[in-house]
Amino acid sequence: MSTHATTRIVGAPVPRKEGVDKLVGRACYVDDMKREGMWYGATVRSTIPRGLIRSIAFDRHIDWSKFAVVTAADIPGENIIQLIIADQPCLADGKVNHCEEPILLLAHPDKHKLREALGAVRVEYDPLPPIFTIEESERQDQIVWGADNLLKSFMLEKGDVDSAWARAAHIVEGEYRTGAQEHLYIENQGVIAEYSAKDGVTVWGSLQCPYYVFKALRGVFDLPEDKVRVVQTETGGAFGGKEDYPSVLACHAALLAKKSGHPVKMVYDRMEDLAATTKRHPARVRHRTALDKDGKLLAMEIHLDTDGGAYSTLSSTVLSRATLHSTGPYLCPNVRVRARSWATNHVPYGAFRGFGAPQAVFAMERDMDEIAAALGVDPIELRRRNFLHQGDTNATEQLMREPMMLDQLLDRALQESDYHAKRAQFARENARNPIKRGMGIAAFYHGSGFTGSGEVYLNSLAGVDVTPEGKVRVLVSNTEFGQGTNTILTQIAAEALGIEYNDVTMAAPDTDMVPNSGPTVASRTSMVVGRLIERACLQLIFLLREQAALGATYTSEEFLAACERYRDVHGEVSSMCRYQAPPGIYWDDQKYHGEAYGAYAWAVYVAQVAVDTVTYSAEVEDFWAVQEVGRVLHPVLAAGQIEGGIAQGIGYALYEKVVLADGRMTNNQMTNYIMPTAEDVPPIHVYFEEIPFRHGGYGAKGIGELPHDGPAPAILNAIRDATRVSFTAIPLLPEDLYAGLAASQPVEEPALP
Amino acid sequence: MRGNAEMHELVAPGSLGAVLDLLAAEPGAWTPIAGGTELMVAFSAGRLSAAKLVSLWGIPDLRTIEVTPLSVAIGAAATFLDLRKHAVVNAEFPLLARAASWIGSVANQSRATLGGNLVNGSPAADSSPALLAYDAEIETISVRGRRKVPYSEFHLGYKRNVLAADELLYAIHLPRRFARHRQYLRKVGTRRAMAIAKVALGATALLEQGIIREIRLAAASLAPYPTRLKQTESALLGQALTRETVLAARRALLAEVQPIDDIRSTAEYRRRVAVNLLEEFLLELRREGL
Amino acid sequence: MSANGKARTDALWPAIRFTVNGESRTVNVPPMKRLLDVLREDLHLTGTKEGCGEGECGSCSVRMNDELVNSCLVPVLQAEGAEIQTVEGLALDGELNPLQEAFLHNGGAQCGICTPGMLMAAAQLLAHSPHPSEAEIREGLAGNLCRCTGFIRIFASVAAAAGASESEPAKEPELEQTHHAR
Repeated sequence: MSTHATTRIVGAPVPRKEGVDKLVGRACYVDDMKREGMWYGATVRSTIPRGLIRSIAFDRHIDWSKFAVVTAADIPGENIIQLIIADQPCLADGKVNHCEEPILLLAHPDKHKLREALGAVRVEYDPLPPIFTIEESERQDQIVWGADNLLKSFMLEKGDVDSAWARAAHIVEGEYRTGAQEHLYIENQGVIAEYSAKDGVTVWGSLQCPYYVFKALRGVFDLPEDKVRVVQTETGGAFGGKEDYPSVLACHAALLAKKSGHPVKMVYDRMEDLAATTKRHPARVRHRTALDKDGKLLAMEIHLDTDGGAYSTLSSTVLSRATLHSTGPYLCPNVRVRARSWATNHVPYGAFRGFGAPQAVFAMERDMDEIAAALGVDPIELRRRNFLHQGDTNATEQLMREPMMLDQLLDRALQESDYHAKRAQFARENARNPIKRGMGIAAFYHGSGFTGSGEVYLNSLAGVDVTPEGKVRVLVSNTEFGQGTNTILTQIAAEALGIEYNDVTMAAPDTDMVPNSGPTVASRTSMVVGRLIERACLQLIFLLREQAALGATYTSEEFLAACERYRDVHGEVSSMCRYQAPPGIYWDDQKYHGEAYGAYAWAVYVAQVAVDTVTYSAEVEDFWAVQEVGRVLHPVLAAGQIEGGIAQGIGYALYEKVVLADGRMTNNQMTNYIMPTAEDVPPIHVYFEEIPFRHGGYGAKGIGELPHDGPAPAILNAIRDATRVSFTAIPLLPEDLYAGLAASQPVEEPALP
Repeated sequence: MRGNAEMHELVAPGSLGAVLDLLAAEPGAWTPIAGGTELMVAFSAGRLSAAKLVSLWGIPDLRTIEVTPLSVAIGAAATFLDLRKHAVVNAEFPLLARAASWIGSVANQSRATLGGNLVNGSPAADSSPALLAYDAEIETISVRGRRKVPYSEFHLGYKRNVLAADELLYAIHLPRRFARHRQYLRKVGTRRAMAIAKVALGATALLEQGIIREIRLAAASLAPYPTRLKQTESALLGQALTRETVLAARRALLAEVQPIDDIRSTAEYRRRVAVNLLEEFLLELRREGL
Repeated sequence: MSANGKARTDALWPAIRFTVNGESRTVNVPPMKRLLDVLREDLHLTGTKEGCGEGECGSCSVRMNDELVNSCLVPVLQAEGAEIQTVEGLALDGELNPLQEAFLHNGGAQCGICTPGMLMAAAQLLAHSPHPSEAEIREGLAGNLCRCTGFIRIFASVAAAAGASESEPAKEPELEQTHHAR
């Protein structure tokens, strides 16, 4: 096994693999691409949230003979987007369940004629009563999905919660709400599709998971594997928003390509992307907590409910991760988590960085501060008293085998932020200052990789090869969309092969060329896929030494020469590796019991927030992020992930509201969906601790999603510290702060002395 | 992108005279476009109804900033970046320079014009509170000649103004008489940059021996169009800054403003913040007066 | 209508001339066509991107006559006679310029979609303010939205390019490694 102590390339700030192309404007995103004879596609969408389609009429002033028109009737295979539960139609057939649901597709060579035609399709509906809240769905007055609106439910139990209440010295209850959140990748969703009877379907597009799209296309077209090809184009941001939605878009474009006999490009504009694609699940989380007289947790009962929208998409797995992150980094002997995901007539919700954890962690970490206040205990002390340590079992009775350093992370975060001194200073100054300042923390973890047996189920295959031209290629279906996949995997390969970083390239993310190494989600790339690449490379070196006279030390040239000797005998030079679960992993999917995740990254975040009582605006003035993430593969990329995730978390807490009216997003423009600008982000101080995880690529654990879990609760805890008022819902806009701070004071009375 | 460039005629006659002739020849048919930061957004969204547009970009007569002893005349097509860079504007009309720095981003400020901001007539217009506080005067021009109108009388209603069908906004005149005035401008948006005002308050006031001799108060997003807060001014004019005066001014403001609920904010929030801004301004006045 | 669906031939639109990256270009397109679309479709300079079409995200930023503009908001007629610089015009003889180098080594680009516009805004800032303070950097880039980086490493990249020392430079993250015996 390679030594992780000294590495040349892993851990070094090498230049981003595709960085130069991005900096000179050469990187090719899907809208930069053209195919010969290409047409454009557009979607006729439902304007009502729920109802039957009574009729579809086509205005006579358009020459429809020049258009390709596709309805559900044109679907050769199944009218279902394959994902987890087969409930989402590719095109609505007779009924619609959400605003913007795709009904019909049009294609034409002229973009303007296409837009005109879009307005010339008249759909008439018989509306049905829609539902838009978790509460309405729970009440089941209207059944909009399945037999009971329930997309998924989990029950996680440890110990005996019911008998704990009687023994408790304190019982604290709280309810917390999180809103929908839009990914706002700066590149809108888009694909180009081609179809021929001979070659089948080819799709190029902005996407995270080529093999998800591959599977969806196979289902819609009823085609065998060798007649479907998916190629990822340079992707301008994703954050989970391009995990499942591209399957829908790809099927649409491909259907139009088949019908028209032309390649078809479908790229959404911002208004359509915001209105029609997935967002983060809204959630309502209720905590009931029992503590003993020393403030140690006795029992936690959590009811966690999400709004899944009209179709289940990824609601079950989001709910799963939410469930498994709901109890925090704390030791609690008795736990019950009842988690449910409800169908409504909103646009289906989907994956977004954190994937249920931001919602769960918001509630848990806000609740810890509320518990501290109720008990008259310092919120830092309360956490320290209850932290998990190595050797404890967590809520799923997973033994925490790996070394843990939550106390040290907390100490470091307090020290770097000067938390106690600042808190005392603000407490003194706030009385006489219209700007109220406060400090808040959040302690949390994020599980790396798929839950439980998920990685076994994925059965990822990955590896490397060397072409006859001497190019060393990493073969994975994992994609780059800014987070650094290309860079870290080539670093790992170069390190493990003992050659130079510039000697290694990524094979194109093309299902014709690369194996299925699993989706690029769940913070699994560096840990799971990185480890596969590491093993495959070590395997290759072993073979070259055994069979091709590769020396104990060698130059890159000598390595390539050995590869050629190996090729002479074997015909090719390649080394592939399949996922192996670490030994002793036990997971019960029914009882939600056992090793929920192979590894956890741990973090403590601190926010300094200022609340202006003239405008009721809250701003994050400073932010400290301390995390233990296994091995840091690339310091600049890793810090960039943390900083970017924190900025999104700040948006989640204070700026980003999806305004919904009758199931439609009314603020579907960048001018009124508000993300923080360069003038809004605070300084962000990032600190890494490393405990290398031996089953991760060069010791790495996942980091992509971790940073989105912590900011919102830290910020709202800081606001509680600053104002002494408790806010329990996000996004927390100035209008909401006003409602909590001042609305009880008559507006005729002056606020200032 | 929902606009079709082929459906719009855009001409650039290149001189002010030629533009005015065109407006006179077909009154109401031609929509002037300067920097395009409003009209092109509508175009991209497929909402631009104007079929014929005449470009004002690059016409020097419209972009000058002329300083005379008594006033500064800002050409209607002066950009916000022009304003930010101008020494006299910065020195004598700091509220306008500040407002210019709040409009969009640097890329918007290099194209957005003062005239465009006023003619677009949004109740949230960034430059309007400053112009009202500075008692600005609007000069319009047509083939029939020029006329002047106090800016406070320029807007007639929501997105309606006094311009005749053949008239162009020509210049904005600012009287150079605010050197001794206290000045205040604060905008409340959704974030620090790239934000449309939820509410804004601009003010100039002249104090002598603790008595308010002159007061001009103006707000954004508290009425269907940018407006002076005349009732609130009345409650302050000739008064000393006592607690009673401040309370009276608050009451007058509450009675006078008509905020609404919209996609950006709520009437109640706007009302409360407007009163807070007024109070913040009056407290500053009182502190500086001591 | 021709085979590719164009309603009119190019010759029917009057010529509009301007310079792009030092090269004189002429297009015959509708005068209302957005400069962004002319750059991407007619001049095949696809480096400049469309993120919103509203002038909010800045990914379409180019420099026009030494000013920064959102090219999605400029009708091409108003670019007549202008000198335009796009991201393709930054590199010097095929080599990254100092600003691009700084972005490469400081993590200023992640997914890259905002990068062309961000480089334009940074170039504009540095052209007029060679040693900007952090506040000036933030203001200069306020019209360019980046969803990946949280802006921190973009500030560091611009500061590095300026060679200036800020009061609050973005720091390299501190790494501590804790070895555990097994």
